[in-house]
Amino acid sequence: MTPSDRLPGGVAGSTVRRWVRFTPGQRIGRTLAYLISMIAIVWSVRTIEVIPEFLYDAPEQAVDLFRRMWPIDWSFWHKMVAEALVETFHTATLGTLIALVLAIPVALLAARNVTPSVGLNLLAKFILVASRSVNSLIWALLFVAVFGPGALAGTLAIAFRSIGFVGKLLAEALEETPVGPIEALTAAGAPRGSILLEGYWPQIEPSFWSVALFRWDINVRESAVLGLVGAGGIGVALDTGLNNLYWDQVGLCLLVIFVVVIATEIATSTIRSRII
Amino acid sequence: MSAVKRQAFAPNWIARGLWLALFVYVVYALGILDVSWDRFVRGLDNGARFLGRMFPPDFGAKKLDLLWEGMVESFQIAVLSTAAGVILSLPLGLLAARNLMPAWVAWSARGIIALCRSFHPVITAILFVKAVGFGALAGVLALILASMGFISKLFAEAIEEMSLKQVEAVRATGAGFFNVLIMGVLPQVNARAIGFCAYQLDSNLRNSTMVGIVGGGGIGAALFTAYQRFDYDFVLTILLAIIAVIMVSEVVSGQLRKAFQ
Repeated sequence: MTPSDRLPGGVAGSTVRRWVRFTPGQRIGRTLAYLISMIAIVWSVRTIEVIPEFLYDAPEQAVDLFRRMWPIDWSFWHKMVAEALVETFHTATLGTLIALVLAIPVALLAARNVTPSVGLNLLAKFILVASRSVNSLIWALLFVAVFGPGALAGTLAIAFRSIGFVGKLLAEALEETPVGPIEALTAAGAPRGSILLEGYWPQIEPSFWSVALFRWDINVRESAVLGLVGAGGIGVALDTGLNNLYWDQVGLCLLVIFVVVIATEIATSTIRSRII
Repeated sequence: MSAVKRQAFAPNWIARGLWLALFVYVVYALGILDVSWDRFVRGLDNGARFLGRMFPPDFGAKKLDLLWEGMVESFQIAVLSTAAGVILSLPLGLLAARNLMPAWVAWSARGIIALCRSFHPVITAILFVKAVGFGALAGVLALILASMGFISKLFAEAIEEMSLKQVEAVRATGAGFFNVLIMGVLPQVNARAIGFCAYQLDSNLRNSTMVGIVGGGGIGAALFTAYQRFDYDFVLTILLAIIAVIMVSEVVSGQLRKAFQ
């Protein structure tokens, strides 16, 4: 006991209780986290390969880029963009729907309370992580190799990328459902299908639709760039402009993508606040 | 026998109508996208051949060197873009918090955030490749923008949700603006902010595998080259490596968030 532990003017022998905010383990963990991040940052700065010659004229290049984009080539709208835009919309929507259909069984397998089997849970979790870790652009590359260039590859890429996201959130929603209605249905002798449809489904329905809406919003953004690898949509128009170095067409595509993204964001947030 | 048929769950005709509408849309959209059964079957045939060429994955020593280089670069891109993104996001998020800033500052900061968020990292990567040339720097810059959009938005929301009592208490002692920030605001949002950063590191690692496709460096470049050369077995190796790295990074970022709860 150090002298400072003694209460000033207190009963002899009584000590101040020392409150410590973190346990030693937490403190060590935090310090380690900070230390490792610092080391990683310093190491990355020192070893990353940057070609300095390219940097000298970067501001000029950037100014040049925007000057070439202006004025925007509006005639490109009728030539390519309008049709590609509709395709992008359908790619995102259809991809989301397919993902929802495919994600439901995986989510059921991943939820521990619905499928009480560790092996199947792990398998489903692996499927979900694999789907999420491969980027939609990379999924698109794979599907272009299989189905050839076009919106079919894009739709499947969107769908396969979304399974992981939708499935993970659905599995979490399933695991959080209260057991009351499920037990009641089981006690009434309901078959497995009825338990799923009338026990679990009404409880996860709100989160299901909000996940669907959220993913659709993300998918509109993602399907706008899939065309860069030939998977259809407005990205194809963007890629054409880039390859021909028609920056005024690129400018139009970027403007259109910007407007569409803002519009979907407004639409989804309106729907969410009205309905869900 | 009673004429009344009891039904435990009455049919919901509006919901059925909506399901039908959804079905009609799907058929229509499939028609627009030129998806036919014939094409699908032919695709499956192609797919079998494609998978056949992918297996077994190529683990040759030369390829593994390429893989390692690409992965290291992807990791560097993710670390640097997260670090720079966080440093830039903190002031931006603060400016966008409506409870601490005057309305015009908050709304203009929100405009910048919306702009950062609305472009996909691949698109900003293309623009940066034109501005600063091929390589990791373009990828880093593109992902910095993406991180800024994400972290500042959540940071601003965290500040708006915090309790103003502590801020008032610190202000009542006569503290200046920065003291209020350090003593009243930061302690309340610190844990959540670190959570976003851990999440963003994870997400940047995922995206750093993609910016390479448009010339932004990292493992994506190696993947795209292998794809264009029809080295599908090496493509599979890279994909497996990406999945493994992302799985590890998800666990690490989860632990990190737990340590700072």
